[in-house]
Amino acid sequence: MSRNPVAAAASRAAEEVVRFDDVSMRYGRGPDVLSELNFGLAPGSFHFVTGPSGAGKSSLLKLIYLAAKPSKGRLHLFGQDVAAGPASEKPQLRRRIGVVFQDQVLLDHLSVFDNAALPLRIAGRKPAEYRTDVAELLNWVGLGSRMDAMPATLAGGERQRLAIARAVVNRPDILLADEPTGNVDHEMAVRIFRLFVELNKLGATVLIATHDQDLIARSGRPVLHLEGGRIAQRPAPGLAQGLT
Amino acid sequence: MSESFDPQRWRPAPFLPEAEARDGTLIFVVAVLCFLACLTAMGVIAADRAAAGWTGQLTGEATVIVRPKGGETPDAAAARAAEALAGTAGVTEARALEPAKAYDLIRPWLGDVTDIEDLPVPRLVAVTLDGRHPADAAKLRAALQSQNVDATVDDHSVWIKDIRRAGGVVKVLGTCVFLLIAAAAAAVVAFATRAGLAARRDVVEVLHLAGAEDGAIARLFQARFARVAAQAGLIGAGAAAVVGAVLRIAGGGGGLTPALPVAWIDLLAVIPCPLLAATVAAIAAQVTATRLIRAMP
Repeated sequence: MSRNPVAAAASRAAEEVVRFDDVSMRYGRGPDVLSELNFGLAPGSFHFVTGPSGAGKSSLLKLIYLAAKPSKGRLHLFGQDVAAGPASEKPQLRRRIGVVFQDQVLLDHLSVFDNAALPLRIAGRKPAEYRTDVAELLNWVGLGSRMDAMPATLAGGERQRLAIARAVVNRPDILLADEPTGNVDHEMAVRIFRLFVELNKLGATVLIATHDQDLIARSGRPVLHLEGGRIAQRPAPGLAQGLT
Repeated sequence: MSESFDPQRWRPAPFLPEAEARDGTLIFVVAVLCFLACLTAMGVIAADRAAAGWTGQLTGEATVIVRPKGGETPDAAAARAAEALAGTAGVTEARALEPAKAYDLIRPWLGDVTDIEDLPVPRLVAVTLDGRHPADAAKLRAALQSQNVDATVDDHSVWIKDIRRAGGVVKVLGTCVFLLIAAAAAAVVAFATRAGLAARRDVVEVLHLAGAEDGAIARLFQARFARVAAQAGLIGAGAAAVVGAVLRIAGGGGGLTPALPVAWIDLLAVIPCPLLAATVAAIAAQVTATRLIRAMP
């Protein structure tokens, strides 16, 4: 007996943490920056997103962290159709997603420690529950001596590491990173990548947009290659792994 | 780890900065608006009191102009009228005024006349009415007619009507000015909230994307602008109270002019100002912030 395709799609979306069904996106009345994307990310998978500048990597991440809406198609997060649910559910979805932005959006009036602890405070956790964890994490990313510093006094690499600490402090179910190693030296890039791998081992689904071909090659992780807003068919060894 | 920093002693800092550079300007503008609103409120109260005082004085009295009949002397006619009125219900006292008082009343219109006593000046009877159940003009006329006294009764009703109308106009105008000032304060706060949100878009975006609820973000701005407006309201109300006190001290109980008899109790009108300013600011900030945040994806 043939299976109902609508029921099959719904079942697939329920099993995946991220599901794009025919998703397109545009800014205002401009042309599509993403066109008819169809893919899913299995729980606990680890992917890279690559492509030339303007290919739509950052826009793809924006859709997942709910900073933009699809102009067409359906986006499912954690088995939930994002457009169908009430707006009041979005904050709960966002709390399950950690984001490392390309331009390190930090709050300049808050200290390094306050910035790092931000997602935990928003989630309603009490300071006594997370003080030690935040301090350990900041030590781990090399900011142990700068916990009471203000972001304006940090170097580019330090800001990047703080942004990463803030993205992972809540142990998100999905971790998105846009060029996370762009402003750090090789040694720190390796450490950061290891952190992402550790989080992935703990169950987080990781998606990293990067131009760093060396990092991709060494990691052996699957790649989602974008060109002109579409997923390009490219015979990369890891392309199909984890993708559905 | 930084030597001065102990994570165990860390306390979360406010999500929004404690103070902004533009706060001073906002406090000044809202304080001026609150000052004007408080002065308007005190002015309306004082004008209302003046109108009520004048009306009370006029309603408590009536004047009777007596014309002598036949061979009766003016003084005898006035005495008879006073006697007739004194026994009327609703009259506390009826007193024939001495001729000299009547001459004094008309002298300003006639100038320096040497033989004013030769003029046929009518006699006046001043009637004090019962404060609770005053006799009306018809009752006074009936009492005079029953004693066959030729007289005209002036119960000041024309003046009372005018004063009441003037008092009502002052009250309506004052309330309109007060509401206009409150609306201007709300518009200023709404504008400042919008500018504050634009300047702190980074905070809003970070909190929004980290999963803060729209209402929680709006409440941050609501609390912040309510605090600023309460501060401004306190300054404006304090300044208005000082001006009111100076007017009271300089003018005494009668005020600087009879139209504005400021009383110490009027200064209490400024007390709700900080709370009202904070409420207006909180509502304006909440509406503006919610609208802006909801426009985000």
